[in-house]
Formats: sequence, C-alpha cells, structure tokens
Amino acid sequence: MAENVSQDEGKTLSHLWRNKESRAVIIQIVTLVVILIFIGLILRNISINLKAIGKDFNFDFLFIPAGYDITFQPILDYSPEDNHLWAGVIGIVNTLLVAISGIILATILGFTLGVLRLSSNWLINKMSYVFLEFTRNVPLLLHILFVHAIITHTLPIPKNAISLNDTFFLTNRAIYLPEPIFESGFWLTAVAFFAAIVFIYYFKIWAKKTQDETGQIYPVFWISVAALFGAPIIIFLVSGSPLSWGIPVLKGFNFKGGLAIRPEFIALWLALSYYTATYIAEIVRGGILAISYGQTEAASALGLRKNRVLQLILIPQTLRIIIPPLTSQYLNLTKNSSLAIAIGYMDVVATIGGISLMQTGKEVETMLIVLLTYLFFSLLISAIMNFFNRKIRFKER
Amino acid sequence: MKVFSKVILALVVSCAFVASATAGTLEDVKARGELRCVVTTGLVGFAFPDDAGQWNGFDVDFCRATAAAVLGDAKKVKFVTSTGKTRFTKLNAAEGDVLWRNTTITFSRDVNVKLTFVGVNYYDGQGFMVKKELGVKSATELDGATVCIQTGTTTELNLSDYFKQQNMKYEAVPIETNDEARSNYLSGRCDVYTTDASGLAATRAALPDPSAHVILPEIISKEPLGPAVRQGDDQWADIVRWVLNATITAEEKGVTSANADQMKSSNDQEIKRLLGVEGSQGKELGLSDDWAYNIIKQVGNYGEIFERNIGTSTKIGLARGLNGLWTKGGLQYSPPFR
Repeated sequence: MAENVSQDEGKTLSHLWRNKESRAVIIQIVTLVVILIFIGLILRNISINLKAIGKDFNFDFLFIPAGYDITFQPILDYSPEDNHLWAGVIGIVNTLLVAISGIILATILGFTLGVLRLSSNWLINKMSYVFLEFTRNVPLLLHILFVHAIITHTLPIPKNAISLNDTFFLTNRAIYLPEPIFESGFWLTAVAFFAAIVFIYYFKIWAKKTQDETGQIYPVFWISVAALFGAPIIIFLVSGSPLSWGIPVLKGFNFKGGLAIRPEFIALWLALSYYTATYIAEIVRGGILAISYGQTEAASALGLRKNRVLQLILIPQTLRIIIPPLTSQYLNLTKNSSLAIAIGYMDVVATIGGISLMQTGKEVETMLIVLLTYLFFSLLISAIMNFFNRKIRFKER
Repeated sequence: MKVFSKVILALVVSCAFVASATAGTLEDVKARGELRCVVTTGLVGFAFPDDAGQWNGFDVDFCRATAAAVLGDAKKVKFVTSTGKTRFTKLNAAEGDVLWRNTTITFSRDVNVKLTFVGVNYYDGQGFMVKKELGVKSATELDGATVCIQTGTTTELNLSDYFKQQNMKYEAVPIETNDEARSNYLSGRCDVYTTDASGLAATRAALPDPSAHVILPEIISKEPLGPAVRQGDDQWADIVRWVLNATITAEEKGVTSANADQMKSSNDQEIKRLLGVEGSQGKELGLSDDWAYNIIKQVGNYGEIFERNIGTSTKIGLARGLNGLWTKGGLQYSPPFR
C-alpha cells in the first residue's frame, strides 16, 4: 500500500508538470523565489560587507554642512555652508531643469526633423537624413563633450566678450542676459495673464458649442493668441511698465548682474535635445506614414480645408500612434541627463551621488537617494504621458 | 529546469565569492601574485603612463616599493586609476589593495570614510596658478575670479574657507580630472586653477608654455598626502606603513639602490636589521626577511624616488623643502627599525 501512495504522489507531481496551466504557475513561483533569494543575498552581502569595514546605515550625514560649491543654481540659493540634503535638492532641481527644458526642445526639434524627413524636396530630405544618421550613430557622451568644447574653446574670455547691443554678452564662462527686475505693481500683469488663460478655456468651450449648434466657425487660435499676449501687454503699459532690466557689467574678472547661463548647462541641454530629437523624428515620421493617404483624400472630398484636415484628421491619429514611444524617449532623455558629470554640470549624480558620497563615505545611502530620484521622475513622466495618452485615445462610439 | 539551476548556482557562487573577498589583504595579494594599487588618472610626476604605457611617478614608485616588499618583484603591480571622487569607494570595494594617490589625510576621511592612513609621503599645501598676462601677484587679488577645482578633494573645501576669510567672492568650476581642469584652464573657462602646490607644479610643467603661468606665493592649507588602506586589516596597514618608513630610514642611513648589497656588511645594526641580515622583522610582518632590501634595490630610497620623479633635476622641479629628512630641516622622520 505504501508503495502505491508514493507512486500516486509521483504521478500527481508529474501530472502537475505536464498540465500546461499548472506548469506555468510552477515556473512563475520558482522564478519569484529565485529573484527573492537573489535580492536577499545582495542585501545580506551589503550588510556583511558594511559591517566588515565598520560602517552603519543611516541618513544623519544629510544634515552636516556640505562645504563644496555648486556652479549652477539658477532657482534656489545655495552656499557651501548648507547641508548635504540641500546640496542634493539643488542637484535634483538642476536635473529637473535640464530634463524639462530638454524634453521641450527635443520635442520641437524632433517634430520639425520628422516632418522635414518626409519633405518632397530632395535636398531638405537628404540633409535631414544625413543629420539624423550621423547624430544617432555617435554616442551621446561625445555629443555633450563636443558641444561643451565648442563653447569653451571658441567663445572669448569675458574681457573680450562678444557684445550684442551692450546688453547680451557671449563668453566662454556664460552667456549673460539682462535680468528682469519686477517692481511693485507687476502682479497686475501676472493676473491679466492668468485671466487670459481662463478666458481662452471657456471661449474654446463656447466656440465648440456654437459650432455644433449653428455651424459657424470662429478663429479660435488667433483670438486665443490675441488674448494671451494682448491682455497682459495692455495692463502692463497701463500700470506704468513696472519692470526694469538688470544689465550685466564687466567688473574685474567676470560680469556682474544679469542672468548667467553656464556653458555646462547649454552643452548638456543642446546635446541631450538634438540627440533625443533624432529618435523622436523617426517616431513622428513613422506616425505620419502610418495613416493612410485615403483619409486625407476623404477629408478633402468632404470639403475640409488643408489646415482643418491636419488639425482634425491627421494630428489626432498621429498622436495616438506616437505617444507611447515618445514617452520612452522622454524617459531616456531624463536618465541620460546623468551624463552631466562629464562636463561638471552639477546634477543629482554629481552632488549627492558624487561629492557628498566621496566626502561622507555613505555609498549605499547616497546611491539609494539617486536611484529613488530617477525612479520617481521616470514614474512621474510615465504617469503624465499615460494620462495624456488616455485623453487622446481612439474612442469608439 | 537545467538552465534555472545553473543560473541559481552561478548567483550563489558569485555572492559567496564577493563576501569572501575582504579577508586578509596580504593573503589575497600573495595568492593573486599581483598588487592592485589605486593611483590618479594622470598627474605628471606623481602617476602617469608614458608613451610606452608604462606607469611612472612618485606615487607609482611607492606602489612598486609595496609590491617589491610583498611579492619580491616591483613589477608585479596592476594600476587601478581613479578620480578624486571614486578613490575611496574603489579602495573600500576592494578594487584596490592600497591607495597611493596624493590623498590628503583628514579627520573625516580617517573616521567617517573608514580608512586607515599609515603615514605621509608628501607634505603639501594648496596653491593657485594663474596666467602671467593677468598680472596677478597675490591670491588676495583674486576677488571675483573663476576658479577651477577638482571635485571631491579637500582643495574644494579649503577654497570656500579661504575666500570667506579674505572676504572675497569667486565662481567655482568643479572638474572631475586633472586633464579636464587643464583644458578648462587653458581655454580661459577659469582664471585660476587651484590644487596642491605639487600638483600645480606638475600640471604647469606639462603645459605648452610653462613660463606663461605663475604659481602664486600663498599656500592656503596643510595637505599631508599619504597612503591609505581599508580599515580593519592591521597587518596590511603595518606593511604599508613600514614600506614608507623603510624608504625614509634607508635615505637617512645612506642606503641606496646602488650600494644596497655592500651595505649588507655594514657595521650599523639598524642597517643590518633593515636589510634583513639580522633579526626577523620581515617574518613578523608576514613577509620575507629581505623585503626592505627588495624595496631599496629595485625602487630606491625616499630621496632617490623624490629626485627621480619630481626633484629639481626634473622638469617639475620641486625642492625637498618640508619633505627633506628631519636631519636636514624637513619633516620626513621614520620611527626606528628595532
């Protein structure tokens, strides 16, 4: 009898294995266990090795003074007396700044290049083709170093600065721009600007409703532009132009006053943007080509004008196709911004994950902060893009 | 399933391997037959690869001396390069056995970063280098200047202290390696390059026209540069400490690479102990008795190492100054071999 039981058990096991569904479950469980064991081993290793060199795991170091300089801190103030936490925050802000401005420029460049690539003009078509292929096949790091070298080696030192109208100055240490200085009363202009946005929002709804009911089409775009710029400008002039400009002036070694945009930022921003733009261009081209030409013809046959065809038929369908791959390009750009360290742009990797790490010896803690920062930004971008994707998704009625 | 079990096996084995790598450093080095020495990514005179790919320099020679003592052959060194920022991580992660990389000894590095510093092979201080055409004569005239600094160094911290004391402002350009700093300094991205005075002299010697640049007279900090090892391996720390002391004692006693063999029959008992003719100091360290003889024979004493790489006869042209022997007004002083 005992033999029979064990035989039965053996049969049940092999039966489970032969069954397609239960086999899938078994494989998944085994995989999960292996992954958990692997993570556990890594954690065990970390704790053993930290103990071996006498290190503990805590975040107290964040509150001791950092002591080092950060060259580029356009939004928040920082001095070497501030603590490591604040230095990390400055780094995160710098990462965000270059990521957001990079995403904007990359999108503009990418859409332009993508359309140029479809141009029927042979020269434009081939030139954009050559640019795309050249850029995409050279590592990003080289692009960053290349642009940085061009700026620092071709622009002059401050003493010989290239001056545009004595208000803009180009040097290899920074591009100096006049700095807006807001005086009392400027808030009225700001209020007018936001009022214009609210007006445009409701005007659009009203115009759509009117069109649905009467068929009359208003030039929504031009009226919006007029409201957006007109209202603040009129209020600004009426309230007595409460804005002046701080002009940069050469004093001693450097320019004082004005806004300084550092070559490190410009190099990283431009290189990240045009590199990512080449990928976006191909996505855009694919998106446009994916829509059958019959749709354009059908829309024309219905009597829609060319810009209405683009606006109502082509762009909504193209967006639907390109948003998911576009998201991954935005994520790439954000993560690639960590190459900043190569030219001394002080992003989150260079501050908390670099100098703070070196000075405090807290490798595990600082790297954890850097990892979580990128993870948070990536998830945030994904969430925003997924939201946008759902909004423009093809809705079957 | 075969693939699965293989993967698991590989993971377990690799984890176990990593865990065991931090055992006795001396046994590891001997078993490997090669010393892994952490040096800078390139600083003329201290550690730089020549045209043939051979590493040369002051710190490199101390790496070779360590290899000569431990393995009996000064050539058995693998050089692990690191920037100012990655050096301690590389050492603590056991990518290197010892750090000979003009590293300043400070409280926080010793205590918080968990390193053991075992001596000073170069007494240095932070200085400034500017282009002659700027007409700057003193560091007190640098108000508002743009300064290139290497990130993750003590110089970065001294700089902000110094300018605050002098009530001056500056713009810092943080740079990762000496090569990059050189390029930024030359292009005029910064007015001033600041680092240890020895590093400035070495960098200037490698510039296209060294005479067009001046090193300002102010030395704004103490920078005792010395070797470091991981904390918690006292035997290995002792070895590196006495490698340095052996080179200094050898110079003090007049033992050079040329006369090391004759000196074995010297009447001086300390020389005899140093060269392993008497006593068993090598064994007590876990090395062979001729460990110090190998250092001196194959690499040289402290003075020889200094003169060969950075001394007045080289293009770097540093005087002994603070790094002279204590008997000649310097600070280099070795405890006795007894």
